[in-house]
Amino acid sequence: MDMNEIKEIFFQECEEQLAELESGLLKLNDGDRDPETVNAVFRAVHSIKGGAGAFGLDDLVSFAHVFETTLDCVRSNRLDPGPEVLKVMLKSADVLADLTNAARDGGSVDEARSRQLIKELEALANGEVPQASAAAVEPVAKPVAVVAPPPVNDEGFQPVAFSFDDFDAAEEPLMDMPVYEIVFKPKSDLYAKGNEATLLLRDLSRLGEMSIHCDMGALPTLDRLSPESAYFFWKISLKTDKGEDAIRTVFEFAEWDCDLEISLVEDEATQSGEELPMQPVPFDLSILDDEPAVLVGVVEEEEQLASRRQDRDAAVSAAGTASNVLQMAQSAARTPAEKPAPAAASAAAQSAAAQQAAASAATPTIRVDLDRVDRLINLVGELVINQAMLSQSVVENDNNGTSSINMGLEELQQLTREIQDSVMAIRAQPVKPVFQRMSRIVREIADMTGKSVRLITEGENTEVDKTVIDKLAEPLTHMIRNAVDHGLETPEKRLAAGKSAEGTVRLTAKHRSGRIVIELADDGAGINREKVRQKAIDNDLITADANLSDEEIDNLIFHAGFSTADKISDISGRGVGMDVVKRSIQALGGRINISSKPGHGSVFTMSLPLTLAVLDGMVVTVANQTLVVPLTAIVETLQPEAAAIHSFGSNQRLISIRNSFCPLVDVGRILNFRAIQANPVEGVALLVESEGGGQRALMVDAIQGQRQVVIKSLEANYTHVPGIAAATILGDGRVALILDVDAIVAASRGHSLKPEMSLAAAG
Amino acid sequence: MKKRVLTVDDSRTIRNMLLVTLNNAGFETIQAEDGVEGLEVLEEANPDVIVTDINMPRLDGFGFIEGVRKNDRYRAIPILVLTTESDAEKKNRARQAGATGWIVKPFDPTKLIDAIERVTA
Repeated sequence: MDMNEIKEIFFQECEEQLAELESGLLKLNDGDRDPETVNAVFRAVHSIKGGAGAFGLDDLVSFAHVFETTLDCVRSNRLDPGPEVLKVMLKSADVLADLTNAARDGGSVDEARSRQLIKELEALANGEVPQASAAAVEPVAKPVAVVAPPPVNDEGFQPVAFSFDDFDAAEEPLMDMPVYEIVFKPKSDLYAKGNEATLLLRDLSRLGEMSIHCDMGALPTLDRLSPESAYFFWKISLKTDKGEDAIRTVFEFAEWDCDLEISLVEDEATQSGEELPMQPVPFDLSILDDEPAVLVGVVEEEEQLASRRQDRDAAVSAAGTASNVLQMAQSAARTPAEKPAPAAASAAAQSAAAQQAAASAATPTIRVDLDRVDRLINLVGELVINQAMLSQSVVENDNNGTSSINMGLEELQQLTREIQDSVMAIRAQPVKPVFQRMSRIVREIADMTGKSVRLITEGENTEVDKTVIDKLAEPLTHMIRNAVDHGLETPEKRLAAGKSAEGTVRLTAKHRSGRIVIELADDGAGINREKVRQKAIDNDLITADANLSDEEIDNLIFHAGFSTADKISDISGRGVGMDVVKRSIQALGGRINISSKPGHGSVFTMSLPLTLAVLDGMVVTVANQTLVVPLTAIVETLQPEAAAIHSFGSNQRLISIRNSFCPLVDVGRILNFRAIQANPVEGVALLVESEGGGQRALMVDAIQGQRQVVIKSLEANYTHVPGIAAATILGDGRVALILDVDAIVAASRGHSLKPEMSLAAAG
Repeated sequence: MKKRVLTVDDSRTIRNMLLVTLNNAGFETIQAEDGVEGLEVLEEANPDVIVTDINMPRLDGFGFIEGVRKNDRYRAIPILVLTTESDAEKKNRARQAGATGWIVKPFDPTKLIDAIERVTA
């Protein structure tokens, strides 16, 4: 492992800490005053600062330092984390995230904003609580250096540069070097804290030429000796040019626990040892190479240790029988009883606290390279396919369906399915990180629009495949922006309508029949159907006399280029509308719906597959080829009647479905499977919804059935083929291609797939 | 024989840095993620010296040092505190809990190894 890898780990850790920080701050915002929450928040910032310091990320360190100082005030109850304080802290968390990103990816941060926040944080730390009407960002007069962290030293800990390399120089003549006389009297605390007189003297000897005298005068007779007391002291004369500071550095860790006198001897003659009762002994380093003498630290007999352990175990199990809950909670938290519980009763009394600790403690986890998981998933995919093939060939060769082979095969099938589910669960992750990102977005937009918004998230721990999570953030961001910008009213309007000034946006995730359902509800004004309708008429999306249900009107907002805001605002009107959201949800194999109640708000409901590794598909035949069409794209299937087919243009055809016309697309023709169009009456039409919301009828020859297929990337194994999204292997071992419905529809509009890249050419 | 160092720190980054630095300097390194785990692995790790962080979940550095000092076998083991806390009050508290010495972050490999050398035989 090298520094770059550690740095990578640091940034990963930062992300986790930032999430921890934000969720902790949000908890405080909700009135949580658990000291552990405050501690966790503090630790998050502290950790980031620690790591950033090691990598010399000074901007990050200085901001984290100021932030940490303010959090420390909260931690020590000097600052009450009220709403205004938390507002500053949440913003600071955002800036900290920005600084982290800038440190990782380069790029810049809004320096004015971070300077402003540093000021606000410092003001908080100094006991100034901001007023509700927080001052606007003051104009930046000139660039001011970010507040530097205070020097890390204070009395006694001045770091002194010294290097052992210098000791080679000690062989040079020592003449004219100053001589120090040092009196070193350790107290017993010095040994109790793990310091060692021998080691200190060794270090000292490395500074120059040293002679040493040990005064043992205080040593009592054996019967009165306390083995852990300090009785000896040393008088040392040291000839060195390193200076007094170097000598003090040697005793840096020990100076509280000893009496130390250092004096400079002017005249060398005076330290010849005359005044010492004994001759000084030249100090020989080599004695230290032998087994070091243990001055304190009695090694306990093994038996004694064992019996102590037994006592402890007995006490723990006694506590366990009285309160199984406690034991479970403890094992969940991986916390053995630190002290043997004296009585079961007191253990039971602690159980509530232990339970709480267990609930908040993380379950043990391991980190695994994503590649390994993907490889496993791939292999399980192969296994599923292989199992299906085996089943099929057994069925073909075995007329008697009751044989033991069949029984075993059924079990195998069940096991395979279980393995598949378990493996998929490895990749599953809670939606929490994405939801957490949304709270920042809500804050930002609320600030920009002057609205007051509260985001409530539910079901954050609902798990879904990592790839789905990664792709969820963008559409969700967009919808949240829309909800705040368009959905919620201004505080004045809300008050006028008899609502609270603060709008609520509720983001919920839950599992529903093998899919994840994400709901985004606001308590705003709801969709203004008159306005939507008028806009749709203006944009020629519907005719002026079209008779649409409320639901149909609501769904008009998913049409391309549709925006009901009178003027395009800075926030949600960035040229992307709800049609983009719908398309990206569909690309994930999902669906999106809206329901709205005028005056009460709107609810967007997204339903997504739990994984992108398998897909529900309709298996169809086109020109003797087997293809798979994703089920999510199909609205309905129908058998066209000759009367419903209308020709127009040179060779275009339409099919009339319930009084509307829909272009008919021959899949076989588009993919160059055949040169001439098939007769629609002999096939089946799949009505699909494509990007832009338009419907097309895809012509295929026949429907074979519907099944779950394992998706195999075509790009990874072959090359990209226009009109084809991926491939799969069916139970009989044949490869079937999965249609890219959007590409097929686009091709039917005249942007034909490049022939040289098409399937016919690819062979 | 290689000297064994037990490090206790909740930050993955710092743990990795300690591991790399100590291994490069020829130490055998055993790592724990917080004070509770540190005390759990203490007997088995049987270290010659301990390096611990102060701010940690579950059991902080102060509590951990006190716990080690209560264990008769390790009550005199050198314990170095690795901390960003630079104020004298915190150092004093670590000292009272029984720390042998301290290393102030930002993490500096030379400082760390020097300090370990200073407290171990």
